[in-house]
Amino acid sequence: MLNFLGKRAVASAISLVGLVLLVFFLSRLTGDPTGLYLPLDASEEARAQFREIHGLNDPLIVQFFSYMSDLIRFDFGDSIRRSEPAIDVVLRGFAWTLQLAVITMSLVVVSAVIIGSLAAFKVGGVFDRIATFFSLIGASAPDFWIAIVAIVIFSVNLGWFPTSGTGTVWHWVMPVAVLFIRPFGLILQIVRGSMITALSSAYVKTARAKGLKNRPIIFVHALRNALLPVITVIGDQAAALLNGAVVIETIFGFPGVGKLMIDSILQRDFTVVMAAIMVTAAAIFVMNLLIDILYSILDPRIRY
Amino acid sequence: MTHTPNQPASLPDIPKAPNPILQTYRMLWNDKFAFVSVIFLFFVLLCAIFGPLLLEDIATKQNLRGRNAPPFDFSTNWAYWLGGDALGRPLLARIIVAAQNTIFVAAGAVFFSLIVGTALGLVAGYTKKTWSQVIMRLADIIMSFPSLLLAVIVLFMLKSSVFNLVIVLAITRIPVYLRTARAETLEVRERMFVQAARVMGASTPRIIFRHILPVVFPTLVTIATLDFAFVMLAESALSFLGIGIQPPEITWGLMVSQGRPYLTTAWGLSLWPGLAIILTTLSLNLVSNWMRTALDPAQRWRLENVRKKND
Amino acid sequence: MTDHLLEVRNLSVDFHTSIGTVHAVRDVSWHLERGETLAILGESGSGKSVSASAILNLIDMPPGEITSGEILFEGRDVLSMSPEERRLLNGHRIAMIFQDPLSHLNPVYTVGFQIAEAMMAHGVNKGQTRSRTIELMKRVGITDADTKIDSFPHQFSGGQRQRIMIAMALALKPDILIADEPTTALDVTVQAQILALLEELQEETGMGLLLITHDLGVVAEIADRVVVMNAGEIVETGTARDVYHTPHHPYTKKLIAAIPGGGEMAEQLGTGIDPILEISGLTKHYGAFVALDNANLTVLPGESVAIVGESGSGKSTLAKTILRLEDATGGQALFEGRDLISMDPKALFKMRRDIQMVFQDPTQSLNPRMSIYDIISEAFVIHPKILGKQHWKTRVCELLEQVGLGTEHMYRHPHQFSGGQRQRIAIARALALEPKLIVCDEAVSALDVSVQAQVLALLTKLQDELGLSFLFIAHDLPLVRDFAHRVIVMQNGKIVEQGPVEQIFDAPREDYTRNLIAASLSPDPDIQAERRKASDDLQAAST
Repeated sequence: MLNFLGKRAVASAISLVGLVLLVFFLSRLTGDPTGLYLPLDASEEARAQFREIHGLNDPLIVQFFSYMSDLIRFDFGDSIRRSEPAIDVVLRGFAWTLQLAVITMSLVVVSAVIIGSLAAFKVGGVFDRIATFFSLIGASAPDFWIAIVAIVIFSVNLGWFPTSGTGTVWHWVMPVAVLFIRPFGLILQIVRGSMITALSSAYVKTARAKGLKNRPIIFVHALRNALLPVITVIGDQAAALLNGAVVIETIFGFPGVGKLMIDSILQRDFTVVMAAIMVTAAAIFVMNLLIDILYSILDPRIRY
Repeated sequence: MTHTPNQPASLPDIPKAPNPILQTYRMLWNDKFAFVSVIFLFFVLLCAIFGPLLLEDIATKQNLRGRNAPPFDFSTNWAYWLGGDALGRPLLARIIVAAQNTIFVAAGAVFFSLIVGTALGLVAGYTKKTWSQVIMRLADIIMSFPSLLLAVIVLFMLKSSVFNLVIVLAITRIPVYLRTARAETLEVRERMFVQAARVMGASTPRIIFRHILPVVFPTLVTIATLDFAFVMLAESALSFLGIGIQPPEITWGLMVSQGRPYLTTAWGLSLWPGLAIILTTLSLNLVSNWMRTALDPAQRWRLENVRKKND
Repeated sequence: MTDHLLEVRNLSVDFHTSIGTVHAVRDVSWHLERGETLAILGESGSGKSVSASAILNLIDMPPGEITSGEILFEGRDVLSMSPEERRLLNGHRIAMIFQDPLSHLNPVYTVGFQIAEAMMAHGVNKGQTRSRTIELMKRVGITDADTKIDSFPHQFSGGQRQRIMIAMALALKPDILIADEPTTALDVTVQAQILALLEELQEETGMGLLLITHDLGVVAEIADRVVVMNAGEIVETGTARDVYHTPHHPYTKKLIAAIPGGGEMAEQLGTGIDPILEISGLTKHYGAFVALDNANLTVLPGESVAIVGESGSGKSTLAKTILRLEDATGGQALFEGRDLISMDPKALFKMRRDIQMVFQDPTQSLNPRMSIYDIISEAFVIHPKILGKQHWKTRVCELLEQVGLGTEHMYRHPHQFSGGQRQRIAIARALALEPKLIVCDEAVSALDVSVQAQVLALLTKLQDELGLSFLFIAHDLPLVRDFAHRVIVMQNGKIVEQGPVEQIFDAPREDYTRNLIAASLSPDPDIQAERRKASDDLQAAST
């Protein structure tokens, strides 16, 4: 088992390093990144001074090493707009996004697993139709559009929920609901497919021959095996949640790291952008590791 | 011909293989949703190809009287049946014209990532360990970061243009095809007919193109159909955020964004283009679902005419 | 008249498929008594498993449909019971074990849990299950049952897994045990042990045993009565002895005639001929695992050499290394004097014309998307020097006729042919290159018995016509008795014994060979009974 985890951790670490490299070289690709860091109307002297201070005239390799050493100390410099360390800004925003993500994913996983299992049990039945309906919507609808329409209907016309910001529980309902739809639809499909395969497997036949009731057949025998491939998808979807979060946070004025990134890009606050990228990548790395651990716990063929 | 006792006596003599086109049509007809979707998509394709050609003038003509015109006013020119935008341009015509950029950007990205991803996946699946590992690590790097964010960052650094947009979207989707192509290649590679080809002395390119690719390709096409929807949504989101397509170019996503200030008054400006996106992606999903069943020999019977009575 | 323990009356089951309705079982009637063993004998597609599945409500409906008949258990019709009543029967009064124990056990739960579950499903208290489980595992012959109870299925061998399934089935002392091809996936030596175990258990408990099989040897060994099925219908019934010695139906007669191992053995080729293939010291390691250890053998031109071994014996590894599908770790294989193992790619390419292979599973070894013409002519595409393009069509026709197939189906696809036909196509493909040696890797193992005999006859004919040599790999000794000139016996990667076919069968030198021969079942119930008595006596004498 440790062998399996070790290999996966190394692979993830390589990906992380690769990402760092990618971002570094992209930022240097367009000449020197001074243009990214400084406002567009900065004077030539300001730019020259900036280059000196940040060693941008040094050879690329030297630049890379100083970049890496800063990275390890989590020193991204100060936010250009906010005069505080970029890392602090990002971590504050990340806390919001993390809460949003955890709440949404928990709801997604629990409901997708239950409905998907019941749908697979009677293909073509009521649960199956619900499942297909939601998964189609989830895969087809643009979340920004649903968010806008939801605001128009529920906030403006019906006045049930506030249009933006945070504060009360009511502020969370629409963002979570809209963010919920896509991963729910996708994971539902996967659970359903995986359960259909599990339910037609040989060991389920044995379970029927033993005289087990339907509930243990579905939830004890089939589900545990069906979940194994689903777990990796859940990991992918959790990471992809950030895609949705960017849009949702922007529309609902949620102070998460997605909105932060967009704002920082439009405001040209590059230090914050870099810090946000790294924090996000690190978080995804940790999550993948946890998923791998979970996977190896659930599958005894890997443990032994 | 030697008589074998394995054929149950009740089966009729093996008929000639039915015409594949006719068979496809019949399977499509049996799934009404997919059938309607195909027709709709065909219509969208027509709009994308001929829209700007025919309607460019009408769509860009600013008409002060048509400003924020309400929809469903059938007494006006047909182009205004969905209303007019803030500058008085007819919405329906604009939507038809915007189809071209929306569809072509997505098509370009999907086509590119399908070809490159499949090629890399085949190589990674069939050849020696080191190349396989390198390719997989590259794919992992791309997959390890949310695609939208990655696109946002790259476009920021490289300036957004239609070309850059297509390339960035394509690159973020390559790993999807790569992983699937590789996984399937690894599995097909062990099958006996591939071993038989090796024993006959077939070269590696021959094995890949003649034996492995035909088996792998249907799955990839199904994924590509689904992916088309995803890329459309991604481009829409990027354009909505202001980082994708820039005016005066127009896509459906951008139209939704442009309609946002007028939500309380002329909500149709955001609604109709959004609806166009939904209907297109929904159709793609339904067709993709159908393809998955049609291409799987084990599930196919659900779509074919299963005769229930004795013949 | 007292009720039979189990009676199937006029049962008919249909399956609705995309090519029409298949009548899997047609008006079938049989019965089973307490303490008796009934065998349902049939080849693939005969419908033998269907009636058994119907008893336990294991048929998927749709696409299946029971169109008529009754299944009476102790006088009550099972088909008219409620689903809950039927569920109470399963595992409690009637139990079943299946063909492939690995896929029929849930990989993520311990075997102890799965055995206990059989009891808990019918109301046994969880606390009492553990000791009973250990008891059951000991009874079926699992050593160290107290620790193994918490192990997972993948940690056991194939034979042990089947024992575990038997333990699971017998947990609540059912009245009937249904065994669906219980030994087909197991090695020959293990097969004998499992059948012996089943017999013992039956004597102990007095249960009825319903055995589904395609193997007449299994019937001879263990069955009291037998029902022969073909194409969904029962063609013959009777005691095992009667059906074997005096078969009435032509199908039964054909089946019995097709059984290998009863004919004449081949004569040796003369001495002083140069071997076409000479293998010395061939070794293959997979990491620390030794798959093949120092193999030495020769093949003469026009000779059939059989390699027989159980799973893990290294026989397939041997074939793969010769054909360079895998690279050997050491040793050499001289084909007409040139070493195959160390050959460079260019020479190897030329060598492909001389050595070819026929694979085990005809369903898998033909590309489903290519027509028969494409499959066979691929040889000419890869080696253009053999034949100019204008001659391809005629040559493919010739080859098809040579293997006994009509040429009118040349443009059809593999799935439109039966298993035996597909194997003929595979042979035609191998012949297209005009090889001198053909390696047959379990080439007939996946075929029905009657078809096996036909394919073996074809191979012999081709050998006579073309002077081919065969390296014939099999796991079953009787199969090669009528076919091979010399036999090589392998175990655990090593060659245990080799020699002329007569010597191997009539005067084996090694214990393992003797075990292998003893474990292979004769289809004649009388002979089988004698053998059993002899081995029982032997065991009694040695204790």
